[in-house]
Amino acid sequence: MDIAPSQNLTEDEIHALVDAQLAPGELAQLQARLALDPVAQTTVTKWQRQRNALKNLHQQVLDEPVPPTLVSTAVQSAASQQEVRQWWRWGGMAASVMLTFTLGWFANSAWHGEWQGAAPVVALAQARAAQDFARQAGVAHAVYSPEVRHPVEVSAAEQEHLVQWLSKRVGKPLKVPNLTAQGYELVGGRLLPGEAGARAQFMFQNAAGSRITLYLGAVNKAPARAEGETGFSFSTDGPTPSFYWVDRGFGYALAGPVPHDILMKLAQTVYRQL
Amino acid sequence: MNTQPIVDQIPALRRYARALSGDSWAADDLVQDTLERACSKWRLWAVGSDLRAWLFTVMHNQFANQLRRSARQAHGNAMDIDDVAHELTAPEANLGQALDLQRCLLRLPADQREVLLLVSLEDMSYAEVATITGVPIGTVMSRLSRARSRLQAMLEAPAQSAEQAPAPGAPSTATVPLRRLK
Repeated sequence: MDIAPSQNLTEDEIHALVDAQLAPGELAQLQARLALDPVAQTTVTKWQRQRNALKNLHQQVLDEPVPPTLVSTAVQSAASQQEVRQWWRWGGMAASVMLTFTLGWFANSAWHGEWQGAAPVVALAQARAAQDFARQAGVAHAVYSPEVRHPVEVSAAEQEHLVQWLSKRVGKPLKVPNLTAQGYELVGGRLLPGEAGARAQFMFQNAAGSRITLYLGAVNKAPARAEGETGFSFSTDGPTPSFYWVDRGFGYALAGPVPHDILMKLAQTVYRQL
Repeated sequence: MNTQPIVDQIPALRRYARALSGDSWAADDLVQDTLERACSKWRLWAVGSDLRAWLFTVMHNQFANQLRRSARQAHGNAMDIDDVAHELTAPEANLGQALDLQRCLLRLPADQREVLLLVSLEDMSYAEVATITGVPIGTVMSRLSRARSRLQAMLEAPAQSAEQAPAPGAPSTATVPLRRLK
């Protein structure tokens, strides 16, 4: 480059210096010129100080837990978008499969005389509620499991208090499953809002620092009844996959970023212990 | 679709929105609008391209819409930073400093504030900022120059008057020059 070493720095050059956005090889040349340009030196110092102050502005927001409403907005909109896409992709085929499935479901229910008095619509609504429950479990996992400082409200050190407190709030005696044999230790738990009131989350962690969460609570406002049951289901609706099941209107979902088969075994262990 | 990459961007979007609006409620509203918009426009995002740059572009557009709307409502609803001071929850020691800086930022024209924050807070390249804000790179540079000079002038102006009449019992302002602006 033919720039005289005595030439003053341009404003663009000062910005590039302050923001470290120089092309490789430019730095030495610029610094040599900067050494001879006291005005530019002052500007660089001031703008650097300004940049550092801005860099620290609202730094704490990065460490705050993300409001669950924002996470669920991202997840929900993306999920509905996904549905739309798949409908387009699979087109009529999906529609016909769906219709067959739905007819089969209705016929099956009618044949076996299940859902006595309850319309099949109720069954579908319940299945939907269980899916929502699993999705919320996935969101709760995504929100709290990355937390370094405040992953739980009450730690495992106060396990007895934790269980009493959460049992009281969700209105059902709870039990913390023991997953030590699977390599997971209890971290603690927290109270969360759900569709029908309080829900609870227990967090476990293994030696590698990987976390799984057990999310539980009433699935919907309907009074608990025997029909409010589902078998084991796998959900990828939320940001984190989960296995979930519903027992007398009370839902359980085990969520974690672990392979499908391992998560299923963990969920079966939890199921057996509860 | 795996939504985790979007979720991972939320903290940075929230901080940028907070610095842009100076108000935690307005900031989270802006993030909410951005996420809704981003998800409805999901198909426009080319897989493999920079998700962060795309989300900030969506936020830039949402912010510009908000400004247009509030400009149309004659009275507007610009907020005095002092009214929302209690919402700025910086650590105690830096509170005054952060407040002053935020207050000065809000006095910059929005387009200059955006460029300054994208470059300083988000460490974006000038080319990325040009793409996000939809202006030529020359405009980015001139906005950046004006923003830095104006902000510096605002931060320094009261400091000089404070030097003439130092407040009794003021903390050692030499180490925290930004604090002097009250």
